[in-house]
Amino acid sequence: MRVLFFFLLLIAAFPAKAEEVIAGLSQNRVSLTVNFEGSDILIYGAVRREMALPDDSELDVIVAVEGPPQPAVIWRKARRLGIWVNTDAQEVRAAPSFYAVATTRPLRDILLPEADLTHRISTRLAIFEARSTADRTDPAAFTEALIRIREREGLYQSRDGAVALERDTLFSTRILLPKNIVEGTYSARILLVRDGDVIDEFETFIDVRKAVLERWLTNLAYDRPFLYGLLALALAVFFGWGASALFRFVRS
Amino acid sequence: MQIYLPIAETSVNAFTLLGVGGGVGLLSGMFGVGGGFLITPLLFFIGVPPTVAVATGVNQVVASSISGVLAHLKRKTVDLRMGTVLLIGGLVGSIIGIWFFNLMQRLGQIDLIVQLSYVIFLGIIGALMLQESLRALLRSRNPNAPRRKLHIHTWIHNLPFKMKFRASGLYISVFPPLLVGMGVGVLAAIMGVGGGFILVPAMIYLLGMPTKVVIGTSLFQVTFVAAFTTMMHAITNQSVDVMLAIFLIIGGVVGAQLGTRIGLKLRAEQLRILLALLVLAVCGKIAFDLLWTPSEFYTITVPGRF
Repeated sequence: MRVLFFFLLLIAAFPAKAEEVIAGLSQNRVSLTVNFEGSDILIYGAVRREMALPDDSELDVIVAVEGPPQPAVIWRKARRLGIWVNTDAQEVRAAPSFYAVATTRPLRDILLPEADLTHRISTRLAIFEARSTADRTDPAAFTEALIRIREREGLYQSRDGAVALERDTLFSTRILLPKNIVEGTYSARILLVRDGDVIDEFETFIDVRKAVLERWLTNLAYDRPFLYGLLALALAVFFGWGASALFRFVRS
Repeated sequence: MQIYLPIAETSVNAFTLLGVGGGVGLLSGMFGVGGGFLITPLLFFIGVPPTVAVATGVNQVVASSISGVLAHLKRKTVDLRMGTVLLIGGLVGSIIGIWFFNLMQRLGQIDLIVQLSYVIFLGIIGALMLQESLRALLRSRNPNAPRRKLHIHTWIHNLPFKMKFRASGLYISVFPPLLVGMGVGVLAAIMGVGGGFILVPAMIYLLGMPTKVVIGTSLFQVTFVAAFTTMMHAITNQSVDVMLAIFLIIGGVVGAQLGTRIGLKLRAEQLRILLALLVLAVCGKIAFDLLWTPSEFYTITVPGRF
């Protein structure tokens, strides 16, 4: 079965040379500055074609932006002695801290499940569950909750029809990085899809970094926590005592 | 205007932060309370992770009490000996509290522990304040009502290891102040408060200290325990956010100055009832969140983040 699948893939790979995707981003660098409120990134590109436009199949474009993966623990609450307490937990080996998929048409209509598996496109496939040791009856509920919560926070987005494709050549979409994103290298994949399979792929990166002051503070907090603590105290003493001294001076 | 908090790794509105700091500062200036017990829960409500709220709250306590303790030291209204005994207890308590805090964080239960301690302590303080201020109100209307005795001798005064506290005019065992100090240290580490609301009544009613040294001595203990706890949080779980702290402190200092002036002009008793009701309202909101069936049964924690 697998051999057959690879064979099919090999065949599918040959005509892929005929259509190629070239893409660019409005910015390759996002700086988490003091007044960071989120960032809107424009992803645009074109399809280079060295053949006649086939009229028996339709071309679709998928744009997937993925943030650095992190392990996560998903907790479920249950009522204990009248209050809601975290009782069950499930670990996830790696889940992207940000994941957005934008497509020209609904993902399930344009992509075969096998292609989705090989290219890990839908959100569910971007999450690596830990091999569960506990014999839980509903492991999927935890992963679904992870997706649901992050979708609500704008960290996971699946936006069917958000890619505009013009005359089967030019395409563009906007991806909103919300204010609560983490630092790291974000990958942006642009995939061309025909007949349910990926025919070409282009990958580029977005560098999300804290700005100078924020970077410095974070480094200090994690690398030299003692100094950071002293800094926090010095600031507290300076502002607490300094401000009341200032008020006394102004009043007298 | 949004402000990015580098440790909490999220943005919050700068004016909301200044408002929280200023509002709590106003109340603390009016009533002479520290306000840590209001700042931390208000930070939860605006979406700051509880761990960061607690650690940063205790940093803010340092700022709000430092000028007070300096003023009291200058006026010599600090019982340094008692303050030191309370402080030793406080440091031990803080270490225990930090250990418990980090353990609960690993077990994924820290939010619950913080919320539960707030419900319990805000409930007790709010109820006591309400009772006290209602009684004061009644007494002011009926001047012939019997007054309470100031000094009551109890079993506490018969414990061993007695020590002389000259400034307080006391000759008592070191254990009660050590234990009181320790309790305050634990609360500072877990709740991000100064603990004056426990310390002051304990010093008056339990230790029998004269009122003239109570405020100065409690501020002395609270400032140093809060400073130590800030260091402990910064070192063990990196959850102190100085960006957040600066906004709270600036708002708080300005609010406290205004509050002190307003407090001199207004009638204290009615206002105290309002403060008690506010404390009970915050307590009620947190209790409601714990008791009410949540709309989302799941939460996500990312190891190493808040």
